[in-house]
Amino acid sequence: MHPARRGIRSRIGTAELAVATVVTLTAALALVFFYAPLEAEQGFLQKIFYVHVPLAIVSLCGFVLGGIFAIAHLRTRRAVWDYRSYVSIHISLVFAAATLITGSIWAKGSWGHWWVWSEPTLVSFLIVFLLYATYQPLRFAIEDPERQARYASVFAVTAGAFVPLNFIAVRLSTAYLHPRVLGSTSNLPGPMALTFLVSLVAFALLFATLCSFELQMKRTRAHVRALRRRLSFEGAASRAATSSRSAAPRLPATAPRSGGLA
Amino acid sequence: MAFLLGVLPALPLGKAGRYVAAAYIVVFAVVLIYVAIMALRLSRMERELGELAEETTVVEAEAIEPLVEETTV
Repeated sequence: MHPARRGIRSRIGTAELAVATVVTLTAALALVFFYAPLEAEQGFLQKIFYVHVPLAIVSLCGFVLGGIFAIAHLRTRRAVWDYRSYVSIHISLVFAAATLITGSIWAKGSWGHWWVWSEPTLVSFLIVFLLYATYQPLRFAIEDPERQARYASVFAVTAGAFVPLNFIAVRLSTAYLHPRVLGSTSNLPGPMALTFLVSLVAFALLFATLCSFELQMKRTRAHVRALRRRLSFEGAASRAATSSRSAAPRLPATAPRSGGLA
Repeated sequence: MAFLLGVLPALPLGKAGRYVAAAYIVVFAVVLIYVAIMALRLSRMERELGELAEETTVVEAEAIEPLVEETTV
């Protein structure tokens, strides 16, 4: 297929995802505030649940996805998998930060404290967040792009395996105050369960849209760099610009394109 | 809109309402900041592309010049 046509197809993919995200997010907000009933114990404060929990689930799944992409990179040595892993972890980190902030706001309203250090769910999520916060500095510390991609993939696989282990360990612990969501969703009343599921789909779509958008941006940037390299026979300044150090993976200009994560 | 305004006052905007509003504002602010950063990067890339287009025009002009001279000689 002609590169320009592939580009158009890819852009349409992101645009469709964006439209689906806006529609689903609007529907989720409408359901949260105008359809879902007030919870008996927590009242209006429970509305935070519809944004906090989907964010947490999507971010943890994104970290695992980053690990899966990293396995694909280690197996095939194709830079595009490293790119996908990097973008997945990057967006998951943003979602995880939002999870921590919304969780703290909920804790303040519900428990009267911004943070409870004795609560395993909170601390374990913070550990996962801090673990992944070292991903970017790790990449930036390694100058050679090949080594950077390899080491980052090993990190992503190890940390990705830690996420479900950590989740299981926390669920096995008995002393917790944090409400359980997975496993108890079936006990939610119908309107609440529907609202939660729509919110979860909305945030999953938001994640996919942002990933697709960032992948497309980075791919275009790689092409601009490749073009600059081709023209750089004339000036040393442009050569210096293309050899600058970066934490982001470097895609070869001939890397295969795709519209989304897969 | 009139329907929304009619429904909104029914929301409990007391203490719990403030926390809920804060949580939702944080989430949308995070997304907004992310999109703003991406927009900045996009504008930088557009500038780079413009520079590249200019460079290409210069290179093409330089490549054509000797050919024109040859044909006129």
